[in-house]
Amino acid sequence: MAIRDLTTTQARRPFQRRRKTCPFSGPNAPKIDYKDVRLLSRYVSERGKIVPSRITAVSAKKQRELARAIKRARFIGIMPYAVQ
Amino acid sequence: MALYEHIFLARQDVSAQQVEDLVNNLTQVLASGGGKVTKNEYWGLKSLSYRIKKNRKAHYTLLNIDAPSSAVAEMERQMSINEDILRYMTVRVDELEEGPSAMMQKRDERSDRGDRNDRFGGPSGDRRPPRRA
Repeated sequence: MAIRDLTTTQARRPFQRRRKTCPFSGPNAPKIDYKDVRLLSRYVSERGKIVPSRITAVSAKKQRELARAIKRARFIGIMPYAVQ
Repeated sequence: MALYEHIFLARQDVSAQQVEDLVNNLTQVLASGGGKVTKNEYWGLKSLSYRIKKNRKAHYTLLNIDAPSSAVAEMERQMSINEDILRYMTVRVDELEEGPSAMMQKRDERSDRGDRNDRFGGPSGDRRPPRRA
C-alpha cells in the first residue's frame, strides 16, 4: 500500500486526511513493467478496470505509464479486459 | 539498430519442441535481416485471461531483439501468416533487461512461499489474502 504521512501545512484536526505519496516515485520504487502481473493487478478493480489515480495516489505521469502497461498485459492475455 | 521486446503466443496443441523450432525459424529471419536475438525466454503453457481464437491456453515466449526495423517487420509479416501463432506483440525499448523477466521471477518467489499460502487454506489472491477463520 501507499506510504502515508501527515500533512504538515495544516493543524491536526480530528478527521484529518493523510496525504498519500505516489507508490512509483522516490527511491526503491517498483518499475512499471507490463510483464509484472502481480504488480499491475494491485491497480485494477475486482471487475478488471483500471483504478483511478485519485484513489491509488499514483502521480499523473506514472498513471499514464501504468495504464499503458495494463493495456499491454491485457493484449497478450495475461490480464483480463473484464471479469465476468 | 533498435532494441525490441517481443512476446508471442503459440496455439496450445503445439508441442514445446515445435515452439522451439518456431523460435529458431524466427531467429533466422531476423539474422538474414541483419539482426540478432539476445535473449530467449520460454514461459511455458499458460492459461489465458480470456479466449483468443477459441484457445484457453497458449505457449508464451519472450524474445529480446536487437535488429533493424525492416527485419522486425519481415518477422511480423511471417508471424501473421503462421496459423500456430495466436498473437504477437513487439515493443520498442530503450534498453533490454538482463536476467529473467518479472514473469520468471514471480514463479521463483511463489515456490519459496509455497507453505505460506497453505495457512489461509487456499490460493492467495493478488490483492489481499482471503478471509477465512
